Amino acid sequence: MSTGIDFNLSSDQAEFRANVRKFVADEVIPVAAEYDKTMEYPWPIIKKAHAQGYLTADIPEAYGGLGVDMVSNCIISEEMAYGCSGIATAVMANDLALTPLILCANDDIKKRFLGRMVDNPFVASYAVTEPGAGSDVAGIKTKCEKKGDEYILNGSKMWITNAGHANWFFVLARSDPNPKTPSGKAFTAFVVEGDTPGLTRGRKEINMGQRCSDTRGLTFEDVRVPASNVVGAPGEGFKVAMKTFDKTRPTVAALATGVAYRCLDVATQYSLERKAFGTQIANHQGVSFLLAEMAINAELARLMTYKSGAEVDAGGPGSYYASIAKLFASDAVNQAATNAVQVFGGAGFNTEYPAEKLMRDAKIFQIYEGTSQIQRMVIARQLLARVAQNGGY
Amino acid sequence: MKILVGVKRVVDYAVKIRIMPDRSGVFTEGVQHSMNPFDEIALEEAVKLKEKKLATEVVAFSLGGPKSAEVLRTALAKGADKAIHVQVSDAEAGKLESFHVAKTLQKIVEQEKFDAVFLGKQAIDDDSSQTAPILAGLLDWPQALYASKVEDGGSGHMKVTREIDGGLDTVKVKVPFVLSADLRLNEPRYATLPNIMKAKKKPLKNIPITELGIDISPQTQTIEVTEPPVRQAGGFVEDVSALVAKLKEKGFVKA
Repeated sequence: MSTGIDFNLSSDQAEFRANVRKFVADEVIPVAAEYDKTMEYPWPIIKKAHAQGYLTADIPEAYGGLGVDMVSNCIISEEMAYGCSGIATAVMANDLALTPLILCANDDIKKRFLGRMVDNPFVASYAVTEPGAGSDVAGIKTKCEKKGDEYILNGSKMWITNAGHANWFFVLARSDPNPKTPSGKAFTAFVVEGDTPGLTRGRKEINMGQRCSDTRGLTFEDVRVPASNVVGAPGEGFKVAMKTFDKTRPTVAALATGVAYRCLDVATQYSLERKAFGTQIANHQGVSFLLAEMAINAELARLMTYKSGAEVDAGGPGSYYASIAKLFASDAVNQAATNAVQVFGGAGFNTEYPAEKLMRDAKIFQIYEGTSQIQRMVIARQLLARVAQNGGY
Repeated sequence: MKILVGVKRVVDYAVKIRIMPDRSGVFTEGVQHSMNPFDEIALEEAVKLKEKKLATEVVAFSLGGPKSAEVLRTALAKGADKAIHVQVSDAEAGKLESFHVAKTLQKIVEQEKFDAVFLGKQAIDDDSSQTAPILAGLLDWPQALYASKVEDGGSGHMKVTREIDGGLDTVKVKVPFVLSADLRLNEPRYATLPNIMKAKKKPLKNIPITELGIDISPQTQTIEVTEPPVRQAGGFVEDVSALVAKLKEKGFVKA
C-alpha cells in the first residue's frame, strides 16, 4: 500500500551510499587533515575516486557514464563531503563543468569532451565568475568575437575551482557588446581546451577552508576557440549557465549536508568521551541541546536536499527547491560547525582536533554556487510569481 | 577451475558490539552489516585467479536470511560471475553452525561440480574457523587453510603458502581442494559504481534450504553471551617494600 510519500532510498542508492561511505572511511578521512595542511591538490584520491566511477556517474550511458539520477548524485556528494569537503569540492566542481555539456551540448561535443572524462582521470572547470562579477552573472566582461569559424576570447575569470588542473574549461563570454541586449541573448558558452594558446592559469589562491581544492584566476588573451565548441546556441549561453545551477545546487546542498553530519558525529563522539564535573559532557544539558539542534538541522537539510534532487529527477523546474535546500543546508552546516567547535571547547580551536577544519570549510557553502542572498532572491521571485498567479501559496 | 566462494553477512567490523539484555546474543537489529572481511579476501583471490586465467568461473555463495542477498550483490559487483543464495529465515540464520554451512556447501559443490571452494579463515561474528576443515572432510578433498599466498603448483596442483608460528609453511594441494583465506593474502578491491550496475545483470539463484534436504537443527545450545570482563583499575603503593609485600601477599613472589 502506497501512502504517496516514500522516504526510502532505492536499492541502487543504498548500495551507492554504502560503497562511497566505505571508500571515504578508508581513503579520504585518514588523509583529509594532511591535505588541509599542505593545500596540495588531492590527485591520488581524485584518481581513485575516478576509478570508482564517482567523477563521471551522471554522464549519460551513451557517453560512457552511468547516467545516475540526481538523488544518487546527492548521496555520492554527501558521503564525499562527510570525509572532506575540500576533496569533495574538487570532485563536485568537475560535475559543475560536465553539467552544462550534459544538458545543452550537441552530440559531437559530448563525445569529444565527456567521453575522455570517462576514459581518463581528468578534471574540468566551470569558468563563469570574474573579478568584477560573481552573483551578478550578467555583469561578466570576458568577450568573444566571431572571426570565420572561430571565436576570439579576451578577458579574465576568478575563483575558478580546479583551474590549475583542468583538462578543459566551460567558459561563458559576452558575445553581444550592446549593453541593452537582454542577458538571454548576449552571452555565448564554450568549451575550451586547457592547452589553448593565450589561456593562462593564475596562481593557486589560499583560502580560509576547503584548502586542498584548487581555486585560481584565468586570463584569456586572443584565445581562439573553434565555433564547433559552442555549447548550446550562440547567444544563449546565459541560459546554459543558469540551467546548470538547477542541477548542481542540490549536490552543493548535499555537500553541506555531509559536512553537517560530520560535525554532528565528531561533536557527539567527543561529548561521550570528554568528562567535566564528574560526568561525560554529553550528560550536561547545555551540550546535549547543541547536539540535538545539530541533529534536527542535519536531518532537515538532508530531507530538503533529496527532495530538491527528486524534483530534478521528476523533470520539474527544480530551482525553487534547490535554492531552499542549498540555503538551508549552508546555514545548518555553519551553525553545526561553530557548535561542534563549542562542544570541543579549547580543543575545538586547535588544529590537532577535527572541529576547526569543519568550521573553516563550512563558510564557503553560504557563498559559492549562489550566495545565500541570491538563493533568497530566487526563492522570493518564484514565491511571488506563484502567489500572484494562484492567489495563494 | 570453477571456484565457489562462501560470503557471509556479518555485523560490520567497525560496529561496537552490544549484548542483548537477556544475554541470548548480540544486537543485530538496525546495525550496519557487511561481508565478512576474510570472505572478501577469499573472493578477491578467486577473482584474481580468474584474471590470471587460472580459474574459469567464480560463484559466490551465501547461506542466510533474506538480507544475505546484499552481500551476494556486493560479491557480484566485486567480480563474481554468479551467485547462489541458500535461503533460511532470519531466526534460523542466527542458529546456523559451521557444520550446517559445510553440509550446504557440500551439496552445492556436488550439484554444480566445483573444483575449489574458497572461504574466509573465520567469520568475525562467531569466530568458529570450522567451515573450511569440516567441508574438506565431508568432500574428502585436500585442504589449504590460512592461506597467505596462492600459486599454480603445476600438473593439477595449487601451491599454497600459510603463515604459521615462526615461519611459512608451503603446501601443494591436488585440485579439487578447499582453501581458507588469511588476512595477508591480498587487499580486496572496492566495488566500483559501474560494476555495481553491471552486477544487477548477473544471475543470482535462490534456493530454499528445504529444497536441499539439509537438516539445520542446532547441535549446540548457547547458554549465555556476555561482555568481556571490564579491566580492573590498578592501585598505588607507597614504596618498593610495600610493593614486594603486596606481591608476596598475592602469591606472585615466593615468601
